Amino acid sequence: MNQDIKNHINEALKKGVRLDGRKKDEYRKLEIEVGVIATAEGSARVKCGDTEIIAGIKLSTGTPYPDSPDSGVMMVGTELLPMANPEFESGPPRIESIETARVIDRGIRESKTIDTKKLCIEKGELVWMVMVDVLPLNHDGNLIDLGGLAALAALKNAKMVELKDGKPLFGKRTKENLPVSCMPIPVTVLKIGDNLIVDPTHEEEKAVDARLTVSVLEDNTICAMQKGGDSPLSEKDINDMVDLAIKKSQELRKILNEALAK
Amino acid sequence: MSSKFTKRPDGRKFDETRKIEAKAGVIKKADGSAYFKIGKTTAYAAVYGPRELHPRHMQDPKTGILRCNYNMMPFSSEERVRPGPSRRSKEISMVTEKALGPVMDLKDYPNAVVDVFIELTETDAGSRCAGICAAAIALADAGVTMKDMVSAISIGVIDNNIVMDLDGEEEHIEDVFVADIPIAMVPSTGEITLLQMDGRMTKENLLEGIKMVKPVLKNIAEIQRKALKDKYKR
Repeated sequence: MNQDIKNHINEALKKGVRLDGRKKDEYRKLEIEVGVIATAEGSARVKCGDTEIIAGIKLSTGTPYPDSPDSGVMMVGTELLPMANPEFESGPPRIESIETARVIDRGIRESKTIDTKKLCIEKGELVWMVMVDVLPLNHDGNLIDLGGLAALAALKNAKMVELKDGKPLFGKRTKENLPVSCMPIPVTVLKIGDNLIVDPTHEEEKAVDARLTVSVLEDNTICAMQKGGDSPLSEKDINDMVDLAIKKSQELRKILNEALAK
Repeated sequence: MSSKFTKRPDGRKFDETRKIEAKAGVIKKADGSAYFKIGKTTAYAAVYGPRELHPRHMQDPKTGILRCNYNMMPFSSEERVRPGPSRRSKEISMVTEKALGPVMDLKDYPNAVVDVFIELTETDAGSRCAGICAAAIALADAGVTMKDMVSAISIGVIDNNIVMDLDGEEEHIEDVFVADIPIAMVPSTGEITLLQMDGRMTKENLLEGIKMVKPVLKNIAEIQRKALKDKYKR
């Protein structure tokens, strides 16, 4: 990244301001809308500043993994579409999109958001497979948090698919919800110089020294973490970052719950 | 000629398209963008460029080139679509390039590329045509030199009846012959830049279909132009 822009972001942050005028711990305006794609079992659109993400859930059936014969399978995929940013290229998924998908996946998996036991159709033979696809239409930063929110909203919005003779009837949905219990909210805190910020724009992301994604549950416990960036973090940094993440997760949870109640 | 097919499943008139919505400037990072929705089929298009073309061996010192990429999102269909290019999506990308190419003039941009990324968020037949319509708006929105709009729709032939804009249910009608003819046209000249067909029909069906599609495509071109104008009213 251009060193001058980085210095500029850094100098501004020292005075407590960001390039777009926000406070350091301030999110951009967040909008969540569910049920936006009729072909998907569940879907959501998340807009935050100029970042816009669509998440969709598709169900299919398959054989369970040998080490968990009575559990359904959940997988999160993220593609950084070349549509969303001039820096993304077509081709096989690159490490950024793999990391984004895996961090979102981990939050949902480790919190046992989805009751995979309820997705078992016949032990050892047939289970439901839940594919969560998270795709940015426009990328202006904070894909992990916003993608995670979109994935959760879509999961909460999802209905089961009808089953006939062990085959799913695609396009026919039951009234039953996907067994989703808790909602782990991912919050990424970025460290730039000595300052901590949340909800970075793409430009701020490029100026990052270190970042920490924390997935927080309703009771403020943590279910997944991921550190990124080139610089190390001190114990105090981690303490402050987790504190900030927990605080922000409560705000985000409120917005998500309001969107789901609509 | 008597026909078993007298009424369309969703009650549309034979020459009636599904409801169309178009909007320009929907993706902020892109140099030009648009979405085009016809019925449930929704296409987004983003244009980047003219920019330097990689790989370099594809560069043309005489002119810039147009590169289109058509992609269905994994949840855009009844069954999940595996991410990544397929034979189908590669072919559609190519015919989309050919459909848009005749109105483009990129000779001012040697060695450059204009990239068009088309993403389908939801599909119910007619996705390549929706993609072409969205791409044409996005290219105009990007300010790339164009001679005219390009508009596209699928002509259907159901048991000898010409219908406009087949939906998914009509594509899968059984017992009678159904043909699907995706067509793209430069509306002011009537030049046809995309023509594909699958199913079964007569030559007369085709000629009648092309005659019937012209006013429909002119109307779509108006919707596309209006989307561009509306962007500047916002």
